[in-house]
Amino acid sequence: MTSVTLTAESITLQIDGKDISCRSGETILQVARENNIDIPTLCFLEGLTVWGGCRLCMVEIAGSPKLHAACATTCAEGMAVSTTSPRLKEYRKMIVEMLFAERNHVCSVCVSNGHCELQNMAVKLEIDHVRFPYRFPRLEVDNSHDYMRLDQNRCILCVRCVRVCGEIEGAHTKDVKGRGVLAAIIHDLDQPWGESQTCTGCGKCVNVCPTGALTQRGTAVGEMTKKTDFLPYLTLMREAKS
Amino acid sequence: MTSTTTRPTVATVWLDGCSGCHMSLMDLDERLITLAGLVDILHSPVVDPKEFPSSVDLTLVEGAVSSEEDLHKAKIIRAHSKYVIALGDCAVTGNVPAMRNYWDRSDLFDRAYVENAQEPPTPEERKALLPLVVVPPLRPHATPLHEVIKVDLYLPGCPPPADAIWFVLTELLAGRVPNAMSVSRFGK
Amino acid sequence: MKPEELVSMMEKARADSAAFKHEIRVCTESGCMSLQSDTLLKTLGDEVKSRGMTDKVHVKGVGCMGLCCNGPLVKADAAMYQFARPENASAIVEGLSTQPVAELLCDLQQPFFTRQKLVVRENSGNVDPESLIDCIAHGAYQALLKVLTTMTPQQVIQEISDSGLRGRGGAGFPTGLKWATVSKAGGSTKYVICNGDEGDPGAFMDRSVMEGDPHRVLEGMAIAAYAVGAENGVIYVRAEYPLAVKRLTKAINLARRHELIGHNIFGTKFSFNVELRLGAGAFVCGEETALIASVEGKRGVPRPRPPYPANYGLFGCPTLINNVETYANVAPIINKGAAWFAQIGTEKSKGTKIFALTGKIKNTGLIEVPLGMPLRDIIYDIAGGVPDGKEFKAVQTGGPSGGCIPAELLDITVDYESLAKAGSIMGSGGMIIMDETSNMVDVARFFMEFCMTESCGKCVPCRVGTYEMHELLDRICEKRGTPEDLQLLKDLCDMVKQTSLCGLGQSSPNPVLSTLRYFEHEYLDLVKQAQAAHGDQSHAATGEHIELEVLP
Repeated sequence: MTSVTLTAESITLQIDGKDISCRSGETILQVARENNIDIPTLCFLEGLTVWGGCRLCMVEIAGSPKLHAACATTCAEGMAVSTTSPRLKEYRKMIVEMLFAERNHVCSVCVSNGHCELQNMAVKLEIDHVRFPYRFPRLEVDNSHDYMRLDQNRCILCVRCVRVCGEIEGAHTKDVKGRGVLAAIIHDLDQPWGESQTCTGCGKCVNVCPTGALTQRGTAVGEMTKKTDFLPYLTLMREAKS
Repeated sequence: MTSTTTRPTVATVWLDGCSGCHMSLMDLDERLITLAGLVDILHSPVVDPKEFPSSVDLTLVEGAVSSEEDLHKAKIIRAHSKYVIALGDCAVTGNVPAMRNYWDRSDLFDRAYVENAQEPPTPEERKALLPLVVVPPLRPHATPLHEVIKVDLYLPGCPPPADAIWFVLTELLAGRVPNAMSVSRFGK
Repeated sequence: MKPEELVSMMEKARADSAAFKHEIRVCTESGCMSLQSDTLLKTLGDEVKSRGMTDKVHVKGVGCMGLCCNGPLVKADAAMYQFARPENASAIVEGLSTQPVAELLCDLQQPFFTRQKLVVRENSGNVDPESLIDCIAHGAYQALLKVLTTMTPQQVIQEISDSGLRGRGGAGFPTGLKWATVSKAGGSTKYVICNGDEGDPGAFMDRSVMEGDPHRVLEGMAIAAYAVGAENGVIYVRAEYPLAVKRLTKAINLARRHELIGHNIFGTKFSFNVELRLGAGAFVCGEETALIASVEGKRGVPRPRPPYPANYGLFGCPTLINNVETYANVAPIINKGAAWFAQIGTEKSKGTKIFALTGKIKNTGLIEVPLGMPLRDIIYDIAGGVPDGKEFKAVQTGGPSGGCIPAELLDITVDYESLAKAGSIMGSGGMIIMDETSNMVDVARFFMEFCMTESCGKCVPCRVGTYEMHELLDRICEKRGTPEDLQLLKDLCDMVKQTSLCGLGQSSPNPVLSTLRYFEHEYLDLVKQAQAAHGDQSHAATGEHIELEVLP
């Protein structure tokens, strides 16, 4: 939540042909959402720093040959943004298909089935099958924690968990190891979660995880639901306190 | 049944799946009677024929392509069908049958037939325990149907709800290409 | 050090070396060292000592002399020796006072040497990189002295802008403009970073500069720091370059001891400190934002730009990042003037460029040529053409981010614009030459494998896209590919190029795109062969009736 100051410069721009005004410094994604223009995202989460990894929020800006990530691009005066074009739709479809092909998202036996952002994204983008060869990697499930579980099979590496752990909880238990498709979420120095000395057990990572990668133990297929709305409240409270 | 009629002909095939998609088809309940009035079902596990017909208008395929037999069947289905629908998550994504893909086949066989045997087998007995004859050989990976043949329409779901199957069938019979994602999704 | 000390030090060093009647220079860079040139150097020293000629013969280790394939190279007075082994030491010393050793002689009049133009490498092969005195004798730190005592930062930036120097790391961004941007950025703390994370397969230009003339890099950085208003510098070198690390460490220590870096250099108000940071071997850390993250102690992954490092770089401060070769160009420009530099090269690509020649080519090694030289001259004249009577097929420039240039385009000139027009890039300067035996799909698969294993994994298009492109290339290469696979590969290339976060991902499809552009028939051939071998897997009703096998 940004507080309005008198010096805040106001900017006008166009998104999908609609004239919109916003405060200087706001990102295209923020402004679009304030104006009920839907730009799909997976790694972005309000209250966490911008990551720019999922590339679903790519938009076209008139006069620029490149595509721009809406989450990481600040608005400028007179900008004309297009959030939907056949090309962008096709790219977004391919990206989500690639996420399904990368690891083993077997939706039918997932505790998050029906409450999964990746699954919903597939519906939104009308993905009825995956064109790319599946990778079928053999991945671990970390069941060592008393009441939380990390299933690498269902991780899309959005690193929301890493960010919430470091930025909000301040524990920095989680991080990423490895490169490319071999990259993976780890705890401390790649130890079993249950043996982590730094994990406070707050469970924020579970709630920000968009898929069934981080879940509560003891849930069966389709039973896991997440609460992501705590983040803006936390941020608000911190701002009010300071 | 005869194929002398001019009504559209339909086949359903069960590859590596749990038969849940066919159960869902059965869940059309009284609409099955309506369906029987619209199409001729030439081939299906519920009809129990031995041969795939020479020409079918529409074939619904349940299950992943897991064995050499599945692959063989898939090719015949494609050659003899005008329109092929991948029915359910196994045919569309590989789903549960593909969860064996993370291991080597020999490890799988050992797990299924040797490690779980009541008495620890000798090496000779071990060989006898493995299903190397009679049963069609497993392919290295269980794959979605579209990895081996061209698929015309995908209907995901585990299983796709009966309503979704009905929607897709009636739309197709009405000459429209349905949007399957409006009625189903992965894992539904 | 005071200005006059530098001058007296230089004069003394020059007088000292003139006192020797003979000089033997042995290449002590990684390539020749791998063939025991360090032992050769020691043996030559012992030989000179045993003959009691230590006051007459000066034996020293020097940087690369270019013709790496014929190493170890030794320069003994005017004679150049190739394939020199420790057992040849006696003959080489003997040859100083009699006739040069005929069987080891390397022809210095061959085009490989005569057609080069040495600017960055002018001292490589002449100076002992581990001796500050020797470097000073050859003019090191004169440009820094000139800049600090006679020029304002604005004048320095103007000089670099006027020279037309462009970044040698790959993208070719105008160096003067970059310096000006950092100079104008607000903030009291600024950094200059030297990017020595050279990771392209077949590229070793920067390694050679760091190993062969490290003080030139330090001097360039110090001048840049003065120009942009920075007091701290970081040299980021990959740990796989242990010799470069050793030489740079030594150079920094010596320069610091002689107060050529440190506080109030040459008695002026300018202070500059340099720190060496080792990379852990991730290719992506050559990308500037990933490099900065790595220096900060974080995981080396890129971040979205803007903000650019020029405004928001290391620890959030304005930061200038240039490549090793770019910094190494600075001192000659200051010494000889922007006009001198600008007359080398072409209209838009000024100066020289170092290239690393590898692959199916007679003369492998390092060359430095004026930009704008025809590619044919480099391949056939300087590099001596393709060996074993084979046909030249293509040359890959710019590493995994670049593209291949086929035989029919051999007459293009080598500069930023014409390489880009041909679908490749200048890149950092690797040139991998391929002959008729190379299959271009296989070449594309090789580079894709590199990109796949070097993708940092942050953004989806690069992380999964490089994997999928590699998988599809693998299918096509192994004759399992279908026309649909080829189409999917093309679609993927477009998507990954358009949506990836950083340059690594955006350029990863380039080897596929450029081989498709010039050698699409090789892709189609493989797909056809696959169809012939396995039948048309994909579709279409054949109409014939096939019996379903009844299983027992």
